Amino acid sequence: MQSQHLPQTPSQTVGPFFHFGLFSRKDQHILVTDETRGQRIFITGQVIDGDGVPIPDALLEIWQADASGHFNHPSDPDYMQADPNFRHFGRSATTGSGFLFKTIKPGCVDYESARKQAPHINVRLFARGMLTHAYTRLYFSDEAAANASDPILNLIEVERRTTLIAQRQPGDDLPTYCLNIHLQGADETVFFEP
Amino acid sequence: MSDLQKRLTSLDRTVHPPYLYPDYKSTVKRAPQKPLVISPQTLSELTAPVFGHDDIGELDHDLTKNAVVNGEPLGERIIVTGRILDEFRRPIPNVLVEIWQANAAGRYIHKLDQHDAPLDPNFGGAGRIVTDTNGEYRFTSIRPGAYPWRNHSNAWRPPHIHFSVFGRAFISRLVTQMYFPGDPLLAFDPIYNGIPDANGRASLIAAYDHDITQPEWALGYRFDIVLNGSHMTPFETKEA
Repeated sequence: MQSQHLPQTPSQTVGPFFHFGLFSRKDQHILVTDETRGQRIFITGQVIDGDGVPIPDALLEIWQADASGHFNHPSDPDYMQADPNFRHFGRSATTGSGFLFKTIKPGCVDYESARKQAPHINVRLFARGMLTHAYTRLYFSDEAAANASDPILNLIEVERRTTLIAQRQPGDDLPTYCLNIHLQGADETVFFEP
Repeated sequence: MSDLQKRLTSLDRTVHPPYLYPDYKSTVKRAPQKPLVISPQTLSELTAPVFGHDDIGELDHDLTKNAVVNGEPLGERIIVTGRILDEFRRPIPNVLVEIWQANAAGRYIHKLDQHDAPLDPNFGGAGRIVTDTNGEYRFTSIRPGAYPWRNHSNAWRPPHIHFSVFGRAFISRLVTQMYFPGDPLLAFDPIYNGIPDANGRASLIAAYDHDITQPEWALGYRFDIVLNGSHMTPFETKEA
């Protein structure tokens, strides 16, 4: 980066008191309406610190494609096909019992011309004690074949890929996928620098 | 083109604070310890929410009015304005800027803030706006007070306003804090001092601007924000 370029503005922590600032709309963890296309799912989990304790004051933001793998954004060449009734973006603040999103299972997003990514959700994590946010991805346990050929998962050593795979919970109701995000330790989640 | 070639600029880790900064005690158990995995910028990272002015209420940008119950909020009225820019000074229009802050006494309206200072029934402390075609935002508010916290003995947060900013791409997201010029508490604050570079720290201090100050009404401050995620175009790599 050359000197005439402006340096980026540094990040600072979201702190413990962000709820009243970022949740004036209360339903941001729900990305669907009755008209949204696709399989409704729940995403749950906890954010766990280096002592193995769930963090009760973290903020998660998710960003994902619609059921056909499109984004309502001009960088997607097929954005006109994106589902107008899907929000793509969601927010959930953790409590002692973790986070929760109601969304749809995303479709496969293009990678390069002849290649697709496995269904995934981008996850951004903010918290008191994190001066800069962290970015990870959530994949699905019932997409083993797609996961095996996913170009991003394949950047990661095999034993760490499991830290990104949300496990489908048993039960007959709406599918629920659970992923715990570990900030430290043997199960530390893979975080990315895109 | 290799898989990992970047179309947009990544976070500059020489500018942003590290995850582990032990003077800020909460980082010790919350800092990821393994190296980040460098990853490609796919459509999932190159897209982001698109905001419209319909997303914003009429008083959302005026914190002196948007929570009024029975009178004016107490404290020193301020105007905070600036531009959201990319690294090539190009303005970023139509992006959401959210702010939140303590009141003039240093108390957040948040239920978990137990600081022994008064709440203000006429001040909520939250605002939102979408940048205009010049990438500009403008809030009217009350200068926040300092408040104590438990990081170390006699620890006080310098007065600050939290900023949350979206860019055009998923990777351009920034949450930061704006500080005020001449504040003696900055030297003691491990959150502020977690920024590795002196110029970076200075860039979070708003500039007092007499041209923004409105006579007999409010003091003016300018605070510009520069996001990563700028388009890297081929000729720029050939310049000297």
